[in-house]
Amino acid sequence: MDLAKERLIRMFEQMTRMREFDERAAVLMEQARIPGAVHLYCGEEAVGVGICEALRPDDYITSTHRGHGHLIAKGGDPKLMYAELFGKSNGYNRGKGGSMHIAALDLGMIGANGIVAAGVPIAVGVAFASNYQGNGRVTACFFGDGATNEGAFHEALNMAAILKAPVVFVCENNLYAEWTPTAMQTSVRDIADRSASYGIPGVIVDGMDVMAVHEAAVEAVARARNGEGPTLLECKTYRFYDHVGRDFGMLKRDEDEIAAWRARDPIKLWREALAEQGVLSETEADAITETIRAEIDAAIAFAEQSPDPVPEDLMCDVYS
Amino acid sequence: MTVKTATAAVVEAVDQEMARDPKVFIAGEDVRIGGPFGTDANLFEKYGDKRVVNTAISEQALAGLGVGAAAVGLRPIIEIMIMDFMAVAMDQIVNQMAKMKYMLGGKAVLPIVVTTHAGIDSSSGAQHSGSLEAWFCHVPGLKVVMPSNAYDAKGLLISAIRDDSPVIFIHNKRVLQSSADVPDEPYTVPLGVADIKRSGDDITLIAIGRMVEEALAAADQLADQGISAEVIDPRTLSPLDTDTILASVRKTTRAVVIHEAVKFCGLGAEIAATISDEAFDFLDAPVKRVAAPFSPIPFAPILEKLYLPDKETILEAVREIM
Repeated sequence: MDLAKERLIRMFEQMTRMREFDERAAVLMEQARIPGAVHLYCGEEAVGVGICEALRPDDYITSTHRGHGHLIAKGGDPKLMYAELFGKSNGYNRGKGGSMHIAALDLGMIGANGIVAAGVPIAVGVAFASNYQGNGRVTACFFGDGATNEGAFHEALNMAAILKAPVVFVCENNLYAEWTPTAMQTSVRDIADRSASYGIPGVIVDGMDVMAVHEAAVEAVARARNGEGPTLLECKTYRFYDHVGRDFGMLKRDEDEIAAWRARDPIKLWREALAEQGVLSETEADAITETIRAEIDAAIAFAEQSPDPVPEDLMCDVYS
Repeated sequence: MTVKTATAAVVEAVDQEMARDPKVFIAGEDVRIGGPFGTDANLFEKYGDKRVVNTAISEQALAGLGVGAAAVGLRPIIEIMIMDFMAVAMDQIVNQMAKMKYMLGGKAVLPIVVTTHAGIDSSSGAQHSGSLEAWFCHVPGLKVVMPSNAYDAKGLLISAIRDDSPVIFIHNKRVLQSSADVPDEPYTVPLGVADIKRSGDDITLIAIGRMVEEALAAADQLADQGISAEVIDPRTLSPLDTDTILASVRKTTRAVVIHEAVKFCGLGAEIAATISDEAFDFLDAPVKRVAAPFSPIPFAPILEKLYLPDKETILEAVREIM
């Protein structure tokens, strides 16, 4: 796909921003400087970026418990994200939601979700509303391989097909659902094959190749926007770290398996591709990475110095 | 003003709100043909399939449709056919709909009404007869409404549709069949406000849903015996109008709570505890609860009759504390 140089570089920047954000969030969690836990997107960056680069600013996404990358891809500000992770009152959710529920409705990011597959019926509702309101918006719905075994997933895809809802279903198949290998608990090898049950197209994509993801996304988004209904994209990807945090100590995955996927680190692959195409040299890429690291440092400092919620915040916003 | 069944009254409420506000739509099973209880009668013919969405039997997707559509500006009425089926949709109702505004720091507005049909109705059996309001009253972020008559039903439903919070609106099946004078034009009955259905001085009967009719019948009989009973209909179960209930109990000094739902952990427990906590010095007797026993709902009519509280069981409870 022929994209302007700026966009190709932006894709590198966004993936780097996601990676740096979550690498640092992991350390904050281990140091107990942030309360609760974080679910890290490291390794899956090409999916979030490839998909969201195909969306308009007024399109929507729904997300999972592993949502920091999705929010960054949709334009999330690391300062306000860390503020939320620290439970501060100026975080995206005013300190009331935390990592697993982080959201930015103004950016069209309907929310991360602590319930596996819950975002799938919600995405269909958002897409239904776009048809209803006639605004031409598309919804990208992120979920994992584990989510495709939930009843809500099957109900929602069936309903989306019937409604011809303008939604792109994006499965991030990272081979594990929590601490159980997908292969042990999923009756199909390729999640995309499940699309046949709903009469919608199913596409397998190399989830470590940001351009491959992007090309598949552009096609699926166009289908949705043209009123042709939903598509199921299965992005084959891998999370470099544990289900929660970097190493929760519950399951030791095979070292060779991890190494093989790390060799196909999406950021590394994209850097190589851009260098090869003469779009971005290694030196320029390094400079961008340094700039982003500084941005992340500043964002963490901003968050740590932000105000805590006050007692009155406990009981507000229960009702509208 | 016309005499109407509560069924006709709630159809009017939905029709009039859909006519007034293009953001209001209905989604549910068999709504295309008016719904099995007639609470969507003729709406499909009038508004078409864009605004009266007939869905598959997929309660999770149906409830989630409401959550997503509301999050981006619509005002969904989501119909879960039978209250027992709410169990299938619980995640979207309890974890998503109820909590989203709070978890998002107030930045989400979810003006959803979930309507459902509840209560015992001629041997429908254990999975089609439940009155499960207590489940939802226990969830902060949801409002729970159960009218006892056609007049309140229309006004409360219009209020619920206009309310910006998620509202669980419970159509008791027997109440739907009852009739009353109902204004033809739109009007509202406020949420969170109880109604004194009958004034009295000697004892307070707090009755929910279908039991209001039974409580009023009991009050008639008590009047013949020289006992003046005050009948209070909370109408909205959450948020509960405790002020009206407490003012009444401080006046009468005796209280009985009556509901069709199971006694253990039912709303009566909450009301009794509140009265005990906030009006203890005014009580001349313990607060009694008249409610269904702790079993699933039986099928055989003779058992179903034993199961359901009625005027006689109310009078028995009153006798215990007068």
